[in-house]
Amino acid sequence: MPAGTSRTGARLRLAALLTPPLLWLGLAYLGSLAVLLLSAFWTTDSFTSDVVHIWNTDNFRTLLTDPVYRTITLRTLGVAVAVTLIDALLALPMAFFMARVASGRWRRALFVAVLMPLWAGYLVKAYAWRVMLGEHGLVNAVLAPLGLTGPGYGLPAAVLVLAYLWLPYMILPVFAALERLPTPHLEASADLGAGAWRTLRLVVLPAVRPALLAGSVFTFSLSLGDYLTVQIVGGRTQLLGNVIASQVTLDLPLAAALSAVPVVLVVCYLAAVRRAGALDSL
Amino acid sequence: MRNTNVWKAAAAATVLLLAVGCGSGGSGGGGDDRGGGFRAPDVPMKKTLGKGEGQVNIIAWAGYAEDGSNDPNTDWVHPFEKQTGCKVNTKVAGTSDEMVSLMKTGQYDTVSASGDATLRLIASGDAAPVNTKLVPNYKDIFAGLKKQPFNSVDGQMYGIPHGRGANLLMYRTDKVKPAPDSWRAVFEDAPKHAGKVTAYDSPIYIADAALYLMKTEPQLGIKNPYALDQKQLDAAVALLKKQHGNIGEYWSDYQKEVTAFKGGDSVIGTTWQVIANLTKAEKAPVKAVLPKEGATGWSDTWMVAAKAEHPNCAYKWLDWIVSPKVNAQVAEYFGEAPANAEACKETADPKHCATYHADDESYYKRVHFWTTPVKQCLDGRTNVQCTDYAQWTRAWTEIKG
Repeated sequence: MPAGTSRTGARLRLAALLTPPLLWLGLAYLGSLAVLLLSAFWTTDSFTSDVVHIWNTDNFRTLLTDPVYRTITLRTLGVAVAVTLIDALLALPMAFFMARVASGRWRRALFVAVLMPLWAGYLVKAYAWRVMLGEHGLVNAVLAPLGLTGPGYGLPAAVLVLAYLWLPYMILPVFAALERLPTPHLEASADLGAGAWRTLRLVVLPAVRPALLAGSVFTFSLSLGDYLTVQIVGGRTQLLGNVIASQVTLDLPLAAALSAVPVVLVVCYLAAVRRAGALDSL
Repeated sequence: MRNTNVWKAAAAATVLLLAVGCGSGGSGGGGDDRGGGFRAPDVPMKKTLGKGEGQVNIIAWAGYAEDGSNDPNTDWVHPFEKQTGCKVNTKVAGTSDEMVSLMKTGQYDTVSASGDATLRLIASGDAAPVNTKLVPNYKDIFAGLKKQPFNSVDGQMYGIPHGRGANLLMYRTDKVKPAPDSWRAVFEDAPKHAGKVTAYDSPIYIADAALYLMKTEPQLGIKNPYALDQKQLDAAVALLKKQHGNIGEYWSDYQKEVTAFKGGDSVIGTTWQVIANLTKAEKAPVKAVLPKEGATGWSDTWMVAAKAEHPNCAYKWLDWIVSPKVNAQVAEYFGEAPANAEACKETADPKHCATYHADDESYYKRVHFWTTPVKQCLDGRTNVQCTDYAQWTRAWTEIKG
């Protein structure tokens, strides 16, 4: 082993390498969160909307006592859970097909198909859905011969579009997990007489559970914070993000207090997921 | 073990929130103890006009700063740029609240503020008094628009009047029959078009409900839709909550309303004349009417930012936008009454000023211009405290549920 000098040198280099990103994380990311939380304890002049720096906790009290915020929080939570479940249900068979059944060109084509929506702009996709879900849109036109009508603009449309937008974030980790799943495991299961369903339940699912949970972190937290999709296809629906967006112009401290809600929800969710062991492999 | 730490952190955060929620005495609302008189902060006024700075950043209502991109024949921005050398950067805002918050960024030189934004901008010191001597076209502005409570303080103008008009009721002529002539169509009769009714997405829309109640439920005693005591506000909120069930979507982005009416997703609701014109241009069968109850409306004023980076270009824009020809163009395009009396001679439709009652003050008694509700009742009542805009804002969140 060489003398201590080179080890110190390596340490210095490591420090130089890590300092900028850590500073970025600490100052820009956590710092802005701290400022946000701090401003939640201020108030506004009700006439000019100027922020008044008087320390008080009224905003949080409003949040906890006003039933409308509870309703909106529960609705937002429901949307995030629904989107996550839909994406998990869609991603499992899709990722399984890509990882275990399709091969070569097929798999590449599917991979591109899954990733392609990520290349298009978020707004473009949301507006495309607005056009499709409209009164004279594609969805209604397709359903009309069956005697059905589409969901129109509203909460179901918001869930649908959010599920579409975040699906790739669920498919990719599940695909990676399934690809790593050793073939002998599946063969052994079949040799021992397990049917497809039983193999799925006892062999595949436990193997992809961490990936499913990791994917769900994306779908859950992205849905919690979204407000544009709801604004575009959600009709009169109001989610946390919309309330924050509309309060930012009028009452910044209340908006800051409101944004603490999804932060707390995501922290709780992350803690739960971590407890389930999904983050160990990251 | 790491897991328990995370749980502790999460639990601590929750406890913090709860503790915060239960603590604190009720200091309620912000520091809003202004007495009778309105005092404007001391902001210096421009004394002389210098050379243009090469550009100007403006906040405008849709249709106020047209550069030909919507309609090649509607362009008064390029001629301005050519004449003054001031390049125009336009930011279209959808609501007065948006305008107020954009002005607070300090990145804009001038804004076409409605009456519910003007006083807020003056009070916060974001708008500067305007030297009308530097705006030659000011002399031709209708006397009825000069030195009004919403654009001046103690006789000092804080902007140049632009024009005024009413919020209208728009409907699809193929879907809504018979033709509506009352706001009843979006309140009691809204279930007829359940899921296809639209409304303006701003707390100020509460005044539309108050106006309707003013006519239909006189026992509530509403005299001014912007001066509502708690009981009157509750009545308006109840009406709007009932309406909410029939709303398809709210709008504050004018383009969103155009596409919604064009596609048939909205068939009836409140609008501006310019939106009706744009929707008609897209070949959708719509009509906009002024219902018999009268309407809420706006009287707009071009204001200059206190910290304007391009004040000379801003003054040039003020003078340009109220010059007879341009003011006539804007008024006809947006569908409003011009502020410049001379503009009435320049309109393509010679009857435009008559149609929009440009100098008919008695007509505008029926139109209730947007203004910011404050605790001190605007209708002169002193035995009761009125609800202020912060309360309206909370009520609006509650209405939308």
